[in-house]
Amino acid sequence: MRPPDKNKSFGPMAWTNPRLRSLVYQLGAIAATIAIFTFFALTARANLERQNIASGFGFMNNTAGFGVIQTLIPYSEESSYGRVFLVGLANTLLVAVIGTVFAVALGFVIGVARLSGNWLVSKLAAVYVEVFRNIPLLLQLFFWYFAILRPLPAPRESIVLLPDVFLSNRGVAMPAFHPTDATSLFLIALAVAIVGIIVLRRWARKRRLATGQSFPDGRIALGLLIGLPLLVFFAVGAPAQIEPPVMGKFNFDGGWRLLPEFVALTFGLVVYTAAFIAEIVRSGILSVSKGQTEAAHAIGLNNSQTLRLVVIPQALRVIVPPLTSQILNLTKNSSLAVAIAYPDLVSIFAGTVLNQTGQAIEVIALTMAVYLVISLATSFAMNTYNARVAIVER
Amino acid sequence: MTAVKWAHKNLFSGVWNTILTLAAIYLIAVAVPAIFDWMIFSAVWTGDSRAACLVPDAGACWPFVTANLKQFIYGRYPDAELWRVNLTFALGLAGLVPILIPSMPAKRWNLIYLVVAYPLIAIVLLAGDRPGLVGVETSLWGGLLVTLVVAITGIVVSLPLGVLLALGRRSEMPVIRMLSIGFIEFWRAVPLITVLFMASVMLPLFLPEGVSFDNLLRCLIGVALFSSAYMAEVVRGGLQAIPRGQYEAARAVGMSYWQTMGQIILPQALRHVIPGIVNTFIGLFKDTTLVLIVGIFDLLGQVRAQLSDPTWIVPQGATTGYVFAALVFWLFCFGMSRYSVFMERRLDTGHGKN
Repeated sequence: MRPPDKNKSFGPMAWTNPRLRSLVYQLGAIAATIAIFTFFALTARANLERQNIASGFGFMNNTAGFGVIQTLIPYSEESSYGRVFLVGLANTLLVAVIGTVFAVALGFVIGVARLSGNWLVSKLAAVYVEVFRNIPLLLQLFFWYFAILRPLPAPRESIVLLPDVFLSNRGVAMPAFHPTDATSLFLIALAVAIVGIIVLRRWARKRRLATGQSFPDGRIALGLLIGLPLLVFFAVGAPAQIEPPVMGKFNFDGGWRLLPEFVALTFGLVVYTAAFIAEIVRSGILSVSKGQTEAAHAIGLNNSQTLRLVVIPQALRVIVPPLTSQILNLTKNSSLAVAIAYPDLVSIFAGTVLNQTGQAIEVIALTMAVYLVISLATSFAMNTYNARVAIVER
Repeated sequence: MTAVKWAHKNLFSGVWNTILTLAAIYLIAVAVPAIFDWMIFSAVWTGDSRAACLVPDAGACWPFVTANLKQFIYGRYPDAELWRVNLTFALGLAGLVPILIPSMPAKRWNLIYLVVAYPLIAIVLLAGDRPGLVGVETSLWGGLLVTLVVAITGIVVSLPLGVLLALGRRSEMPVIRMLSIGFIEFWRAVPLITVLFMASVMLPLFLPEGVSFDNLLRCLIGVALFSSAYMAEVVRGGLQAIPRGQYEAARAVGMSYWQTMGQIILPQALRHVIPGIVNTFIGLFKDTTLVLIVGIFDLLGQVRAQLSDPTWIVPQGATTGYVFAALVFWLFCFGMSRYSVFMERRLDTGHGKN
């Protein structure tokens, strides 16, 4: 016997049919969305025509005509707006990458310090987290930039942080590393070492599973990682030419000079984000139950093995997803650069270019698209990772 | 004896631990006296112009703060109308305090007052332009007033919107689900600054000729949409924590979708995520500072504006102003985060008993 087809019950009682009702709702939602977007598009077109604003992305080829204080790719005032976009994007990515590296490192240190058995250290870490987490990032950036970096002495009286690393109101001057003939060989050696380690670890794991014998892969890996590049160093020479900054007439010459805007922005982002990462790391480690450590000890693993093979893999499962969202937050927060005039994407593209061309819709849409792509790519990678490490229910 | 034992166990239980303790003591010995000296002992406390703070080796210049305190709280709101702002603050506090105390009765009416009645009263009181009240343009609003207006609007609008979006994201209708996901993920992916830029330069292009909002209102719309996406994710977390049996039981007794959600699921889910809501609010509260980038003077923007006042240009002005603003923001945010921890503990014990 066939079940009665619910879709066929058009009639006086049609409204009580849940499938029909949901179809109507969904069609309504589609229609409303289309209507809203059409309304906006039509009014925008009318407004643009009335105000004589050009539309389309043709402006990207026009000459920008303004200078940018930090460019990672070749740029001059004759370059196009499209080039400005790339310069800004590169500057944003630079802050995001360097900020992420330091924020994750600092966050792990502080997070572990909060769990330290040392009362003073754990309290200090707690104070750090509570202070920096509860003050707006923009305020912290203003503080580092206007209250700390700007009033610093001029380059001539600059503070020596490390040998050949100077801090002044012009930012940080540090030795530059210029690539030499040996650089590529050096990098190849490093790559060979990394590939070798991966192969070695696979083999060691297979052997352990097959025979139960462990293999000292950790020590050999370390040896490979240091030994191979060292071999290249002795064979060909130094992998980079080091050029220290030298005091010129008003500012340092040579070396790498980091703008005060860059220093303030990166430092502020690192300090702020590290406070959040510390909390994530702490809760991740706490989430691994004591029984796991006890069980690991009971089957004869020593302290470092327990940490490396039992605690950290389980803690990472809890840590990584919120950690990624903090890294994304850092990337998005780097847009606060506009407040202290670091030339990031928002500052020079959504700021200067928008003011010069007046093409708000295109400029804002393009800027948002960049962040959208970064976010979506990250969450895709995140979902893949989550699927891999998810607990398999047995 | 016990103190010595405690110190041995917690501070000096080994070589490594002792080194850490000594390093920490060194850090404290360097930083804490310097901070106290700057903020209290070497600070200038009285004076009516910059001259008072131009002492060599002076610490914070507090007269700068006291002289500008009115601007920091109210912005350029007219002197004669300040009672309206104060009354708004007082009415808000009167609604807020009882709702934060779990044992106070009539939570439902209290919530309705806070979320529906109070915003309307506040709009009338602050903007005026009603019989008996002089209109005050939003360009005159500033300081803590704007910070609170932006933050509270954000939360009041984002709660209902966030609930709807969260329900939409868990809906069985694919179109509704896709639209909700698209909306939520879009706003969560972009930085708030670009949203504010969009609100202040792009939104006017999308409105018909003759229709215009003032700058503050446009930013409020941007902030509200932005925070509702974050709120939706918090609420979704709560919805996912509700066991399936609750849905099935509600269906079994013949409740409709909205009855199920409104009377069974949401009351439980929202109570679960109170800490998450408070955390979203803390984030929103800190993010309000971003409005200064589009030319609205919140507390931080007002501090920045007063710093360029020629009567108060002193070397330590920037530090003093920003430290003051940081203290105010810190007190608000830390207070809220403590409250969130308190609620979390309360909810935890309640859950354990079941």
